[in-house]
Amino acid sequence: MIMPDAATRSIVIEREMPHPAEKVWRALTESRLIEQWLMKNDFKPLVGHKFNFRSTPMPQWNGITDCEVLIVEPHKKLSYTWAASGDEAAKGWKTVVTWKLTPTKGGVHVRMEQSGFRPEDEGSFKGASYGWQKFVGTLEYVAGELV
Amino acid sequence: MPRTANELFITLADPTRRAIYERLARDGEQTVRALTDRAGVSQPAVSKHLAVLKDAGLVRDRRNGRQTHYRAEPKALKPLVNWMSLYGAFWRERFDRLETLLNRMDK
Repeated sequence: MIMPDAATRSIVIEREMPHPAEKVWRALTESRLIEQWLMKNDFKPLVGHKFNFRSTPMPQWNGITDCEVLIVEPHKKLSYTWAASGDEAAKGWKTVVTWKLTPTKGGVHVRMEQSGFRPEDEGSFKGASYGWQKFVGTLEYVAGELV
Repeated sequence: MPRTANELFITLADPTRRAIYERLARDGEQTVRALTDRAGVSQPAVSKHLAVLKDAGLVRDRRNGRQTHYRAEPKALKPLVNWMSLYGAFWRERFDRLETLLNRMDK
């Protein structure tokens, strides 16, 4: 799933959720709902709409992620760019987040892929600057799946 | 010596070098000559790439007479895997929150 042998890298997270696709779609596309599980945003489900995710500013990062809606297929597929904002924009990461919903017997299969990580992006995420270390607790669990 | 993910990314960013590393990781120990035959670049170029890989701790070498044999050191990739895991962990945590929200939402 995550291999060091490509020029750019992707992260794929998949999960089966016991909810109708329509409901999951709302959580993915209604700004007020997105904020409750992801980040503050001014998202609209319109192709070409430019929006931001906003979180707490940190050293070396203004906390803003620049995005543009690429694909909107109601209840099925949603895609937007996910890029560094502000001073970091020029050399920062430019990735694409794509959500796919596939109905199953008991609900919906949710697949998220974030693609386009380049080798040089690693520095942007290093150390304390992004606060990722608070997720270290889950590292063991995740690494277990990788090895 | 432990390496940072950054160094590993930079080392493996070169496609020719990455191909050499992948070949060693996939096919096991090989001589410089065997690697050169399939690399599509000159032997000095292959040797140079191997030196960079060795410096990053990604490969180990072993002299046997006039031949030098190289093999991959998969453990050296750990910092890279750890970095990817952290970013994956961000999304996993968000998935958990998404499910919590879905459970709260009206049908």
